[in-house]
This record gives sequence, C-alpha cells and structure tokens, in this order.
Amino acid sequence: MENRDISAPRASWQRDHAGIQLVLSGDWLRDGSRPEISGEDPGKVAESYVTGDLGEFDSTLPAFLLAMFRDRGAADPSLDGMPENLRGLMELALSVPERIEAKSQADQRSPLAKLGGVSLSVWERLTSVAEFVGLTLFSLGRFLTGRARFRGKDFWLIVQQSGVEALPIVILITFLIGAILAFVGNVQLANFGANIYVADLVGIATLREMGVVMTGIMMSGRTGAAFAASIGSMKANEEIDALRTFGFNPFDFLVLPRVIALVLMMPILTIFANVMGIAGGMLVGALVGIPPALYWQETLVSVTLTIASLGVLKSFFFGAAIAICGCLQGMNAGNSSAAVGEATTRAVVASITSVIVIDSAFAAIFTLLGI
Amino acid sequence: MQNPETPPDAKISIRGLTMAYGSFVVMKDLNFDIQERDIFIIMGGSGCGKSTLLRHLIGLREPAKGEVFYDGKSFTKTDEEQRGDFIHRFGVMYQSGALWSALTLAENVAMPIEENTKLKRKEIDELVSYKLSLVGLAGYEDYYPSQVSGGMNKRAGIARAMALDPDILFLDEPSAGLDPLSSRRLDDLILRLRDSLGSTVVIVTHELASIFAVGNNSIFLDTATRTQGAIGNPSELRDHSDNPAVRLFLNRGDESESSKA
Repeated sequence: MENRDISAPRASWQRDHAGIQLVLSGDWLRDGSRPEISGEDPGKVAESYVTGDLGEFDSTLPAFLLAMFRDRGAADPSLDGMPENLRGLMELALSVPERIEAKSQADQRSPLAKLGGVSLSVWERLTSVAEFVGLTLFSLGRFLTGRARFRGKDFWLIVQQSGVEALPIVILITFLIGAILAFVGNVQLANFGANIYVADLVGIATLREMGVVMTGIMMSGRTGAAFAASIGSMKANEEIDALRTFGFNPFDFLVLPRVIALVLMMPILTIFANVMGIAGGMLVGALVGIPPALYWQETLVSVTLTIASLGVLKSFFFGAAIAICGCLQGMNAGNSSAAVGEATTRAVVASITSVIVIDSAFAAIFTLLGI
Repeated sequence: MQNPETPPDAKISIRGLTMAYGSFVVMKDLNFDIQERDIFIIMGGSGCGKSTLLRHLIGLREPAKGEVFYDGKSFTKTDEEQRGDFIHRFGVMYQSGALWSALTLAENVAMPIEENTKLKRKEIDELVSYKLSLVGLAGYEDYYPSQVSGGMNKRAGIARAMALDPDILFLDEPSAGLDPLSSRRLDDLILRLRDSLGSTVVIVTHELASIFAVGNNSIFLDTATRTQGAIGNPSELRDHSDNPAVRLFLNRGDESESSKA
C-alpha cells in the first residue's frame, strides 16, 4: 500500500436502467483529501453501488454512508454492489436502529428559560441548605437519644484527621499571623513610643478574631474539602446506596460523626491557635525590645476571660458550619469524577463564606451586647 | 527460550517475559507470538495475571524481565517519548469501560479523533455516530456514562478503542457482565472488524463461549506453575492439550470430558 499512489475519494450519482446508483471510487482515508461528490443528487439513497474503482478505505467511508442514510431517513437501505467487508460493516452499523427518543437529551431550552432555571436553582440551593441543617439536627437528636448508628472507629479516625493531623499547619500559620500582627503594630505604635501596647493588640486581635477565623479558613480548605471529596466519591461509587440497602441511615453514618468530630476539634484547635498567635507576637516583641516577661504581663492585663472565651465560643459554630458545608456538597455530588471535583470546590467556597458570614454576625451581636 | 538476538517477525512477540509486583512474581518466562489478523485470547483463572499481561503489552507496566516486540521492534527498549508511534496503533478497552465520566459518550469517542486528526467537526460527528452505531449505541451520543447501563458503558469503551481505526485492538473482559445476546453480538462485531479492517485483536477473557467463537489462537496462564500452561487454538487445546489444567479449564472443570484426550 505504500507503493501505490493514493487517489482522491469520489462519490458520484448516476441514474440508468438499474435505477439510482452511487459510484464510489478512490481511497477514503482519514488523512487523505475530503470526498468529492458529483452528479445529480436524487435526494434519496442509492438503489445500488458501483465500487469497481474503490481503493482503500478506513472508517471515513462507512461513516459517510451512514450519515447519508440517517439524513435521508433510510432505515433499511439497499447495500447492493458493496464489497464484502464494507457491506459487513454497514450491516453491523445498521443492525440496531437509532434511538430517536434518546436524542432529546441535549438541553434545548431557550436562553430565557435557562436564565430562569439558574435563578430558581439559587433558591433551591438555599432551601437545600436549610433542609440539610434540619436533617443534621434530627440526626443529632437521634444521636442524643441513642438511636443513631455509626461506627466508633470511623468517628475516632475523623477526629484524628480533623484534629491532631491539622494541628501542625494551624500552629504554623497562627504563629506567623501573630508575628505579622506584632510587626505591623510595632511600626505604628513605636511612633508614639507606645510599643508595649503591641501585646494588647496581638492578644485581643488573636483571641477575638484572628485565631478562630484563621483556623476556620484552614479547616475549610483542609477538612471541609476532604469531607466533600470522600462523601462525593462514595456517592459516585454507589457506596451510599449500599449503606442504605443495609438499613444504615447514610446521614447518621457519614454526616453525624463528621459534624460531631469537627465541632469537638475546632475549639481545641482554636485554643492552640490563640496560644501560638500570642507566642508569635512575643517573639517579635522580644526582637524589637519588649522583654517576654513584660510582654506576658501586659497580655494578662489586657486580655480578660470574656475576650478569651469569645473566640472559642465562635469556633463551635464554625466547626458545625464547615462540617455541614462539606457533607452537604458531598451528599449532593453527581455520579462522576468531575462532579466530585465540583463538589469539593463548592464545599470550600461555601465553608469559607459561612465562616466569614457567621463571624460578622457575631461581631454585630457582640457590639450590641457591648462585649 | 528463543534466541533473543534474532528479531521476531510476528505482529506481537513476547520473549522471556516475567511480570512481578515488587518481589512477588505473577508470571514468569512467557514466550509467544501473535500473528497479524489473529484474534488472540489471553485466558486463565481469576487473579492469574491476565489483565497484568495486557498492561505489560500496552506499556502501562514494565516487565521485570524479558521484552515485548511489535513487528520485530522492541517496545520494551523504546523510551517513553518514542512510544507514541506504537501507542497510536493501539486501541484499548479497559475492564470497566474507563470512559471519561465528565464527557458524553460522543465526546468520549470524539476526543482521540479531535486530538490526532485534522478532520472537521461534521466529519468527526459522522465518524463518532458511525462508531457508536457499530456497537449498537446509535442515538446515545449525548448521554453521560453514568446515565447508561454497565454493558452500554462497555460497548462505548469499545467504540472509543476503535476511534482511530487501530491496528491492534486490546479488549479486557469485553463480554463480562453482558447478556448472552449482547455478548454474542459483540463476538460477531469482533470477527467482522477483524475481517473488514484487518485488525489484530487481543482479548482477555474467561468466557468459554466467546473463547471458542472468536479465538483462533490463545495462551493459557497457569496459576499453579506461574507460567504459560499452553498456547494454541482454543478448540484444539480443549480436546488435545497435554496439560490437564488447560483441558479442565476449557471443559468447565468437567473431569470426564477433559480426561478423554
């Protein structure tokens, strides 16, 4: 086949005593030139074929013929005159009729209807969040009355993953945040010769906001995403259906332990974060000339137990919000690997957003209460 | 073991192949040839390394020892970058279909065509619907793999494997999980494709009906000895193999049938 010249593929219509004929010639190859169609097109399929000059062909020829049959609505066209191998392929391709009703899968709505669909889906998403929170509360109720079933081993594994294993990153980041706060504060306060107040600044900012918010954001990216990905891929593998058929409530089994674990671990991580933030500030303080003993004393004076408890109080809510966002997106994921990725993205976005929103709500409440 | 110095002249040749996972040897000393236009069956009990052998043939795993040749050229000794020339001639269908789940059936078949040819959109669409028609999936172009049955996923996997009219088609358990009629249709499809396109087909399977219907040559992987149990036409092996394990396998464990030979 290497020695022979490749000739251009041709299809020409002709009409004689034998009826409508399609003459196929040349080499029909994917990398060759496009077929040339000549003659008077009868608008229907040929009654027979002339293939004496047909050279080599790959799938392009049967694909061309099949598309022509489909266009012209021929369900059982004549294949007379085709060489044996082409005929065999055409018979095979035509042996199962096309599913017409299957075709209507593609979205054929008007742009306006699509826009409406998008708007409605926002509302649907909000109600689904409310529904999910409600289901979580029910599940928690079952847990408190001893009727929810999940495996203790799973629970402790989740506690380990969202607690101890998250500790190094939380410690590192909050230590650096404390140090950055102290640096920035020192530059400004030194102008007034008041750089001892760096300790107040770092202490109050860390305990009230930075410690818990940074922990919340880190846990959204780390644990919220992990929850969404693991539940989402279980969904894609029909594992959640398998739980259901064995009589386990997937909600109690998957969502509940994650919510409880994170609600318990977030305050502990937050306390670590707070201590490390102050330690970071103290290190910078020492570098700019505030002795650690003095820094510590100043921190103790400025920080009250009320302030220290505010951050920890918020962390319970953040933990619940992150776990619920992650599990919600996982449980609502589609059945494909791409859907798992989308669910993870949505989970991280939703949990960071909810952390910030809840934090703002708390800020408003604390201001009203004058704390 | 044949002399490794002379390059083999078959379509695919395996010389002294040993497959291992770490220090665990799955199969050792495999030597066989697959001729052009063969429908070659890789058979053996569950877990004997059939799919592993297939993965060695297509380069997803490297042999612990030995070589794989295509048309006398060593595939094993070709480095990663130059393997493209070999791999473009392969069409592979994986055990569970392995369709890209984010793409529709049509997009799954179209992707290799789009990336490897300069065809226009309309021509690609024609090719795709032809390939899907061949496996009996006409009209399912816009479905996602998760929306159709397991058998349909499998057939779509075959359509994708055939997307580029490959020289050699590798099918991993094509008929497992299909109903008898679909399985029969699939055998028919494989035979017709071989006859009209002249492809070489390598099939991993343990479905006896398919083995006898399509296979003209085969290798039996023996779990007990961890090497090839027999090579040859499956129907002949069933009746005349001197390896009792092979006769037992091909007679569905029927002692009286297998001891007749």
